[in-house]
Amino acid sequence: MKVGKQTYLLDNKVYIQSAYSLAGPYEAKGNFRDYFDCVMEDDEWKCKSHEMAEIEMQRFVIGECLSKVNVSPLDCGAIMGGDLINQIVPTSFSARDFHTPFMGLYNACATFGEALAIGSTLVGGDFDKIICCTSSHYATAERQYRYPLELGTQPTPESQWTVTGSGAVLLSKKAGEYPLVKGYTIGRVLDFGLTDPNNMGGAMAPAAANTIVTHFKDTGRSPDYYDLIITGDLGRFGRETLHYLCKKEGYELNNLNDCGSMMYCDKQKAGQGGSGAGCCSLVFASYLYKKLVDKSLKRILFVPTGAMLSKDSALQGESIPGIAHAVIIEREDWY
Amino acid sequence: MEDKQYMDYIHANAQKSNHVVTLVWAFAVGGVICCIGQAFIDLFTVILPNWDKAKVASLVSMTMIFLGSFFTAIGVYDKLGSKAGGGSIVPITGFANSVVSPAMEFNKEGIVLGMMAKMFVVAGPIIVAGTVSSVVSGVIYWIIGLFN
Repeated sequence: MKVGKQTYLLDNKVYIQSAYSLAGPYEAKGNFRDYFDCVMEDDEWKCKSHEMAEIEMQRFVIGECLSKVNVSPLDCGAIMGGDLINQIVPTSFSARDFHTPFMGLYNACATFGEALAIGSTLVGGDFDKIICCTSSHYATAERQYRYPLELGTQPTPESQWTVTGSGAVLLSKKAGEYPLVKGYTIGRVLDFGLTDPNNMGGAMAPAAANTIVTHFKDTGRSPDYYDLIITGDLGRFGRETLHYLCKKEGYELNNLNDCGSMMYCDKQKAGQGGSGAGCCSLVFASYLYKKLVDKSLKRILFVPTGAMLSKDSALQGESIPGIAHAVIIEREDWY
Repeated sequence: MEDKQYMDYIHANAQKSNHVVTLVWAFAVGGVICCIGQAFIDLFTVILPNWDKAKVASLVSMTMIFLGSFFTAIGVYDKLGSKAGGGSIVPITGFANSVVSPAMEFNKEGIVLGMMAKMFVVAGPIIVAGTVSSVVSGVIYWIIGLFN
């Protein structure tokens, strides 16, 4: 059911039947260390290259997410997901090991939000089960967007640390004690002319603010309606900027947080916090899902954010457009 | 909110580098690297008394390039660089680092099209700039010579 300009509330119930998270070694030393389902002992994970490791990460996470609830990949309507690497190689290549139809998606770091939105719509329709999965890897992202790993460069204070990790969820019609996807607000691509590829929080904050404010206008809800409004990977500075932008629009977000800025603890040198397509899916499949299952969180607005840049677009002087999608996740039995 | 207003907000509020700390680090590390180079000059002059200055200088450059490459290979130089910035980039060890790090990174795409093709992705501009500026200064010297 369409509400307002960009918001859709699902008429049918779409459950998140299962979630599985795999974190890299550096992430496992961060704030969510007790919530991850599995931790990689090193970055390469017995693979020949970091790219192959990322393929293996997604394959592993999808497999474990399904076997956790004894669902065969053949029972799933589709695998959908993406990552940051050119031609979304890690996701597409991981899907070749399953005899499941596949749909590749790309919205930079907001891909997981896109996957949840499309996936929940399909499961609300004729599909029975859909797997949503995204990943990112520090080494593969560094190589693609920045410099070789061993080059002695100095990170700027605004820069963020790409999360090594992957998270998958199984969207299903099967009723049970699971959290539900209740609806979503699809975001617009917004560009305020920021050109510094190190300051992605600043580039994405206007898009996140636009999506969140549109969501409240469309639904008529206030920020207090949710226990937690959690963005994807704005980082500390981006989160403050988002808070400021929403306040200017008349919405005081007291319950705002950000997956990226929560990821690492203070003594880890990760700049403004974590980023990457795997950042929000990892936090969702570990911390948020477990909190929703044990009912300490009942209603959240999950807003993955993405910066749509490539190395070449930045070198050609293009500014960095941002995008954000808001997904409503609720416990059915919250009252 | 207007684009310009937003950019002003970003410029006013984004965290900036602490110039004092970064400059001190760069000065100290760059200085130490140069001191090590000087120590090698002194050492080689003592143990190779028959060698002239130019030969010793080449030997010291080679030694420093080796050390830069070695510490890149064992994964130390990038950690130093994240603290020292220009202090570890400007000396010749930094040049070695900028060649060895892509060689290591792109080795996975094969020796020829990976490592050899991409070895100079970082150092290439330095080589081009060095060659062009040496040609330009050569021409200037030649013109000055015409008037003497």
